[in-house]
Amino acid sequence: MENAKTFIYDGSFNGFLTTIFVAFEEKAQVADIQKNSVNQNGLFSESETIFTHIEKAKRVWNGIQKKNYTAMKQIYFAYLSETQGIEILLYRYIRKLFATQEAIQSDYSDSLVLKISQLTKSVGREKHRMEAFVRFQLTQDDIYFANIEPDFDVLPLISKHFRSRYADQQWLIYDVKRQYGIFYNLERVEIVALDLKEIYANSIHKKDPFLTDEYNFQDLWNNYFKSTNIKSRINTKLHTQQVPKRYWKYLSEKREAV
Amino acid sequence: MSFDRTKEKLNILADAAKYDVSCSSSGSKRVNTNKGLGDSTGMGICHSYTEDGRCVSLLKILLTNHCIFDCAYCVTRKSNDIKRAAFKIQEVVDLTINFYRRNYIEGLFLSSGIFKSADYTMERLIAVAKKLRTEEGFNGYIHLKSIPGASDELMREAGLYADRLSVNIEVPTISGLKLLAPDKKHEDFIKPMLKVKNEIIQFKEEKKIIKSTPKYAPAGQSTQMIIGATGESDKDIMYSASHYYKQYNMKRVYYSGYVPVAQDVRLPAIGTQVPMLRENRLYQTDWLLRFYGFGVQELLNTSHPNLDIDVDPKLGWALRNLEQFPIDINTAEKQILARVPGIGLQSVHKIINARRFRKLNWEHLKNIGIALNRAKYFIVCDSSKWERIDREPQTIKGMILKNSTGKFRKEYSTQLNLFT
Repeated sequence: MENAKTFIYDGSFNGFLTTIFVAFEEKAQVADIQKNSVNQNGLFSESETIFTHIEKAKRVWNGIQKKNYTAMKQIYFAYLSETQGIEILLYRYIRKLFATQEAIQSDYSDSLVLKISQLTKSVGREKHRMEAFVRFQLTQDDIYFANIEPDFDVLPLISKHFRSRYADQQWLIYDVKRQYGIFYNLERVEIVALDLKEIYANSIHKKDPFLTDEYNFQDLWNNYFKSTNIKSRINTKLHTQQVPKRYWKYLSEKREAV
Repeated sequence: MSFDRTKEKLNILADAAKYDVSCSSSGSKRVNTNKGLGDSTGMGICHSYTEDGRCVSLLKILLTNHCIFDCAYCVTRKSNDIKRAAFKIQEVVDLTINFYRRNYIEGLFLSSGIFKSADYTMERLIAVAKKLRTEEGFNGYIHLKSIPGASDELMREAGLYADRLSVNIEVPTISGLKLLAPDKKHEDFIKPMLKVKNEIIQFKEEKKIIKSTPKYAPAGQSTQMIIGATGESDKDIMYSASHYYKQYNMKRVYYSGYVPVAQDVRLPAIGTQVPMLRENRLYQTDWLLRFYGFGVQELLNTSHPNLDIDVDPKLGWALRNLEQFPIDINTAEKQILARVPGIGLQSVHKIINARRFRKLNWEHLKNIGIALNRAKYFIVCDSSKWERIDREPQTIKGMILKNSTGKFRKEYSTQLNLFT
């Protein structure tokens, strides 16, 4: 019997799909699928480095889409969770998907399916949170700018929402943790990398890149936030459950509490 | 824009608007065409949460807190000695647009004290919405208050710009209304409600024939009732609520635990605790009526006029109707599954799907996310182990309470201690 193999790819989603293609083509015994940045060789498995191949990736993706649209969405969402070992989980999931005619994505009594569906839900929740918690600040250059630090890599998922909502203003959302952002230039959304000297969270100290009016509006918003609270109903536990503390530094209405 | 002056007004008029609990921004689709501002997909977004745990989705303000009425429960009543203020129409428009562009809000919820007359006030509210839609090309969410007594023509116009309209009935009984708001007539509340209902029906009819019929209040209408101000029973409240759901096609009825804002012999004293647990139970009941297929008579009736405080209304119902249980998870129909305590609609969906692949056992149910601590007394599944079914309701209730924690447990356990 052939030895189990560890596949190493470049960390991109297309790279992952290419790996799936190769693994199926070679009918390989897959020991693990690893990003080249975190690659650890298994003692007893040989490894193969995969070079991203857009056509192969597309074929896998179209195949999944044809097979099952819901599963396709789940695979993408779960992949963006960046959970350790997600690649091998998804590899098994995709194998399962192609092995049967049934709609396996709704078999919640199967632990693998349930796991993928839970990851999808977590990523979906984070996507929704970012659609809510992005706080734009208007810069001198007339760009609405926001820093975020989401638990999962949700920028690709929120792009459409912001593009259709703020179609008449330039905006930039920058993921501080993953060091890339999406910029809308009134025409289309581009992926950008910035050399940020500091993180422009909503700090109490005013900073040069922003207009004075920007701070006035933040001030109005903070005042509104305070005025709309009913003190006799205070429920701190519920509050922090809804707005977990790790997001506070990017929310202007919570900056005094940080 | 003078920021200092606006800030002062905003503080006064947001503070006065906060007792209106509706925060929904869902149920309306406005697609951004032509690269304008805003896009509503029909899904609401809560952009923040106040320290009392309520969601902040809309800029919720009064146009003014000047009012000619003197309703006892209301903080803006005429006789209350408070600071008064009024926004200019343009000020509200600017605030809304600037907050929206920064992704603070989904849109505007504009209410008002009644100054001069109902129609005069309603005209002002409409003017704001109209300006946002026509001059600013705003596709965000707009919720306008229907002013009691406003004319049919104005209510027609309001719905052309607003996503949602609402009149707050505030006091669930007519006798209570006479006591607390002697200047207001029940008919005045009903009139705009009826007009909006009929316009929505008409819009839906016309839309079938002419696709370009302009939208009319696509997110429907809602109302609100104050809880615990007039000694009404839970049955009074929920029967009244289901009346409004049925007769006026309400999208939502909100329940607002009365926050004492005035020293008045007709009302609970200032400092009285807000009935938050009761409010919670009423919302649970509301959900059971709207989504779980329960009839209001099943949950509340003359022999059972108030909801249980210590258990949720579904569990309370199940304990009173033990003869309907246990049910078999692997064969029961959807509607029956939804009646099991500890099984929500999400779990129902998962069970229905999963059981097509194999018979489900306790382990599966636990992993799916069912609250087995409650559900296990009411179900059987693919296992030889299940709870005895010949227990008394009180015994089951005791076992459930012993083996679970509730978010309000502390409050009522001390309340109970007082009387034992």
